[in-house]
Amino acid sequence: MIDFPILIFSAFALVLLASGVGVITARNPVHAALFLVLAFFTASGLWLMLEAEFLAIALVLVYVGAVMVLFLFVVMMLNIDLDRLREGFWKHLPLGAGVALLMVAEMLLVVTSKQFGNLGSGLHAAPGNISNTRELGLVLYTDYVYPFELAAVILLVAIVAAIALTLRRRKDTRHLDPAWQVRVRARDRLRIVPMRSEKDQ
Amino acid sequence: MTFATPNLVPVYPEMFLLAALSAILIADLFVSEAHRFLTYAYTQLALVGTAGFLVLGATGVPLTTFGGMFVDDPMGRTLKLVAVLAVALMLAYSRSYNQQRGLFRGEFHVLILFALLGIMVMVSANHFLVLYLGLELLSLSMCALIALQRDSAQSTEAAMKYFVLAALASGLLLYGLSMLYGATGSLQMGLVANAILSGSADPAILVFGLVFVVAGLAFKLGVVPFHMWVPDVYEGAPTAVTLFVSTAPKIAAFAFFMRLLVGALGSLVSDWQSMLIIVSVLSMLVGNVTAIAQTNIKRMLAYSTISHMGFLLLGILSGSLGGFAAAMFYVVAYVLMSLGAFGIILLLGREGFEADQLDDFKGLNKRNPWVAFLMLLIMISMAGVPVSVGFFAKLSVLSAVLDAGMTWLVVVAVLMSLIGAFYYLRVIKLMYMDEPEDTAPIVAEADHRILIGLNALAVLVLGILPQPLIDLCLASITQSMRG
Repeated sequence: MIDFPILIFSAFALVLLASGVGVITARNPVHAALFLVLAFFTASGLWLMLEAEFLAIALVLVYVGAVMVLFLFVVMMLNIDLDRLREGFWKHLPLGAGVALLMVAEMLLVVTSKQFGNLGSGLHAAPGNISNTRELGLVLYTDYVYPFELAAVILLVAIVAAIALTLRRRKDTRHLDPAWQVRVRARDRLRIVPMRSEKDQ
Repeated sequence: MTFATPNLVPVYPEMFLLAALSAILIADLFVSEAHRFLTYAYTQLALVGTAGFLVLGATGVPLTTFGGMFVDDPMGRTLKLVAVLAVALMLAYSRSYNQQRGLFRGEFHVLILFALLGIMVMVSANHFLVLYLGLELLSLSMCALIALQRDSAQSTEAAMKYFVLAALASGLLLYGLSMLYGATGSLQMGLVANAILSGSADPAILVFGLVFVVAGLAFKLGVVPFHMWVPDVYEGAPTAVTLFVSTAPKIAAFAFFMRLLVGALGSLVSDWQSMLIIVSVLSMLVGNVTAIAQTNIKRMLAYSTISHMGFLLLGILSGSLGGFAAAMFYVVAYVLMSLGAFGIILLLGREGFEADQLDDFKGLNKRNPWVAFLMLLIMISMAGVPVSVGFFAKLSVLSAVLDAGMTWLVVVAVLMSLIGAFYYLRVIKLMYMDEPEDTAPIVAEADHRILIGLNALAVLVLGILPQPLIDLCLASITQSMRG
């Protein structure tokens, strides 16, 4: 009989790996982005199993909720030419394969080293009644209130800058202001020119 | 969970500035295009208020608050006051320039105030996290300001370059800071300094982190080999923004060096001294030699900034209190000179004409002898000719280096400033010996003319009587670094 958490972990891990492969193999960029959403979702499930519920929620809210939606918008708005992206695949393959091999070797070195197994030995599982969201919230709004406020100010700068740089009132559009139209007076449009009638002549 | 409310009194200037700029941001919405002057007036009022809080709240002793993240000391107060003054003058000089170019908008003023807030946060930062956040606040506002004239391809290009390189430099800096955190286990400057002194930190990791920190700092100060953004940003940005970029952020960069290298990593002085020597000598060489070849005065002043910042580093790398005070004097003097130089470029410009070429200064004496005289004062001060504040700034920095026993460095610096004198004197030659090409009358607002006159005369007066300012810098540094 398999342990229940192991079963869940395996399920999440398998889906995560499969969606990771899906991201790079899907032909349609929208599908690839959706696979990435799935990958984030399963990764947050894994974090939940590690009792890191704050990270799990933040991953879903920030990455799935905000970043990926934005990403999908961009992918759908821009008509990406897929054939041009695939061009030069064989040309770049040797370099890419070299980098990939290097990364695999590095990971193997880390995983097989003697230190790897000892990493968790100094750590203890937190008691069940501790919520790390609450703990983070407590220090964020007390000890770190100054950096927290500064981060808020930086976001305000971002808003001001984005609006200042992109909002423009174009003079060449044929936009009409209805209020202005309604307020028009006869003498703005109509000019009465006194003319002698033909009979007098 | 008990939580003691932090002592907010030392933070009043920052809080006032933030409240005022938020109020301006909203008030600007209800100001019609014809009354845009009101936004400008509110901004100047906000600056006066901030300066008032800075002066009235000065205690003369270092104080920390927010659990040691914020430090308020005489050095910080003085630097913030100079930054506020520089921003106020910059806004006064650029008013008509902005009005003529559609930049006289609420966003311009608000972004300038945001950048000033970033500078003040950096000056008072006593924690790596706060230092970084202040830096990003300044960089983001500056980037938006550079790009504000977005129909100009040159501005957009400059903003893009600045944005990408600033992100890279921030990455380098953060990497270095994370190494320091790993080695010492703390983000607080004082605790980092203690951990290094106690010898518990691994020296190899410390020096490794230090290299990245110095690289990040060098970028922010704009010194060789991290200077590539400076000429493009100076030339590409609207002159009003160039004036800002060349003044107040230099104060923040100086404070950045003092807090991080001297405050937190002071015991690694022998390591960063040699790095700064290389950076400083290269900056003076590249800055001065390249400036000779420029025909655009904004670009020429950009290279001159690079060489001045190299000079500034000489004071810091001498590693003594006298050297730090000399560097502080240098940065204040430089801000004053730079304000004057760009202020005159703004004065000469008019609608559709920028006055940013060296040839635009030809025969200025025949067109307007007073403005030519003011420019003469600023140029001889930048060149470091006696009886100007620039001379005493160079002298005090060089004597600090001499006290540290690096005679060869003094010789190199003097040679470099001799090379530099050439291109400053060329501006004077163009103004006094050539015939004017442009005969349009020079028109400017009265406040601009009066302030620029006072600014240039301050360069002269501080050159004759430099002692009060030197004493002020020395007192601020000794009172701040004692604790």
